[in-house]
Amino acid sequence: MRALTWHGKHDVRMDTVPDPQIVNPRDAIIEVTSTAICGSDLHLYDAVIPGLQGGDILGHEFMGRVVETGPKSTLKKGQRVVVPFTISCGSCFFCKATLFSACDNANPVETQEASELLYGHAVGGLFGYSHMTGGYPGGQAEYVRVPYSDVGPIVVPDGVPDEDVLFLSDILPTGWMAAENCDILPGDSVAVWGCGPVGLFAVQSALLMGAGRVIAIDHHPNRLALARGLGADVIDYTQTHVLEALMEMTGGMGPDAVIDAVGMESHGMAPDNLLDTAKQKVGIGADRAHALRMALMAVRKGGRVSIPGVYGGMADKFPLGALMEKGLQVRSGQTHVQRYGSRLLDMIMEGKIDTTFLISHRLSLEEAPRGYRNFADNQNEWTKVVLTP
Amino acid sequence: MTDRRSDLFPILGVAVLALGVVGVARLMTPGPRHPADSAPGRTAKRLQFGGYQVTGRTVTIDAPRDRIHAMWRDPRQLALFMQDLVAIEGTPDRPIWVIDGGHGPFRIETRLVEDRASESLAWRSVEGADFQVEAKIRLRDAPAGRGTEVEAHVAYVPPYGLLGHWAAKLRGIDPKTRGRQELKRLKMLLETGEIATASNQRNT
Ligand SMILES: [Zn+2]
Ligand SMILES: [Zn+2]
Repeated sequence: MRALTWHGKHDVRMDTVPDPQIVNPRDAIIEVTSTAICGSDLHLYDAVIPGLQGGDILGHEFMGRVVETGPKSTLKKGQRVVVPFTISCGSCFFCKATLFSACDNANPVETQEASELLYGHAVGGLFGYSHMTGGYPGGQAEYVRVPYSDVGPIVVPDGVPDEDVLFLSDILPTGWMAAENCDILPGDSVAVWGCGPVGLFAVQSALLMGAGRVIAIDHHPNRLALARGLGADVIDYTQTHVLEALMEMTGGMGPDAVIDAVGMESHGMAPDNLLDTAKQKVGIGADRAHALRMALMAVRKGGRVSIPGVYGGMADKFPLGALMEKGLQVRSGQTHVQRYGSRLLDMIMEGKIDTTFLISHRLSLEEAPRGYRNFADNQNEWTKVVLTP
Repeated sequence: MTDRRSDLFPILGVAVLALGVVGVARLMTPGPRHPADSAPGRTAKRLQFGGYQVTGRTVTIDAPRDRIHAMWRDPRQLALFMQDLVAIEGTPDRPIWVIDGGHGPFRIETRLVEDRASESLAWRSVEGADFQVEAKIRLRDAPAGRGTEVEAHVAYVPPYGLLGHWAAKLRGIDPKTRGRQELKRLKMLLETGEIATASNQRNT
């Protein structure tokens, strides 16, 4: 089959690789009909996430048709499914507590060692990502082996276009959980750093959850316009002093909740960020946490801090004092996708959530390397790329 | 299942584990009196106990104790989660473990020295064996209905001493790494019915 493979920093290629097979009883093979490039794929493209190997197949946002099932799969050949990017067994302590991304069993034992050393506990398994999370072949390919196919995939009725439901695989539930982690009360103000796909879905979700005001912060005019289109107020951080503006826009209190939808590769010319960038370039595993620092400074006393943005290593100059002295609550994590699938699918079918506004470019799978390059270099116009094999 | 209490604690390794090394060591050394530590002996900062390296790991598995006990007594099941196990020869009371040591297989002849239904199992290498080792599995109910806490202790004399120990550790074939991975595979097998792999090809 054809697949998008990683060969090093800014080097992804279309390769011909062996078709996947059923390996374990609960597996299914999916023929991919649509797949997307995610913001966190750019962390891999930029080689700031450790643990990739040459030839790895990328992609963790995909959907398709079931073409083969293992003896213990509950899927049927021909069914259309969206596949969560988190691989979860469904029966461990964490899966039973609906903490699906923390699954104890999906990450093979050999690849659990690294995160047990780095984070104190082994992390779960993800498609098309680092070998710390299993090194599972991803979905930017013609076919994918899907483990635990009786737990993860969301069956989609025929007749619903791929584009309406594809983002159930990651960014829609990720934006939703980001807002849910803010414990929004009616009328609350929520500030969102980053108007990428996750930030935009967080804006939409926070408003659906009853936020009185959502303020979105970015510097790409086109992305800010999309946020405004969803009903957010916007701040362009290249034009405005963000902290001062947030105070003034919230009656001098600060936002009730803040969301860092930027993660480890934040932009900007602030001195702390320049130092972080330099350290990331020399490869000592430092995260650029400028957006998170700002968010912790901005949020009101006793406020909530939600971190859907991806981090992998260490951050310094972390405003721990602000966290403690203001009595903040922090919630984070890879998304527990399986927790939200059916509810969000219903909301899409009822027309309460639109997902297609985000898509800026539609390419064939063969054009994926061009998609990566442009998504990385022209974030203003390239907001979301959908690939079709 | 037979009860083999009479064979219990034949060597220092197991006795020390049972009492808690930290407590014992502190009772014997003069100086300010520390209260007995609740931590298992193998988590002590000292490296060796009477020439033995002591290691182990506890993993919570969502399965009843008798089922886990049965897995350890069944050579066919053992082969599923002990990846380095080439074969088990001998008899159930005197099993010979054939282990893939990275440079070809090596054999450890052992005696089953403890077998208490739903509670514990222990094997000890026989006198004169090439590799001196004692391995013990202890099972207890996990709190809040989470299944069983499976605790594995291993006391062994590292081949080629401490240097050999660190060399094995670097290659990930030391008993600690292997033991941890075996327990996690057993957990996968019992909780999900399969062992996770990222390979999308059956024969790799
Ligand atoms: Zn993603
Ligand atoms: Zn699980």
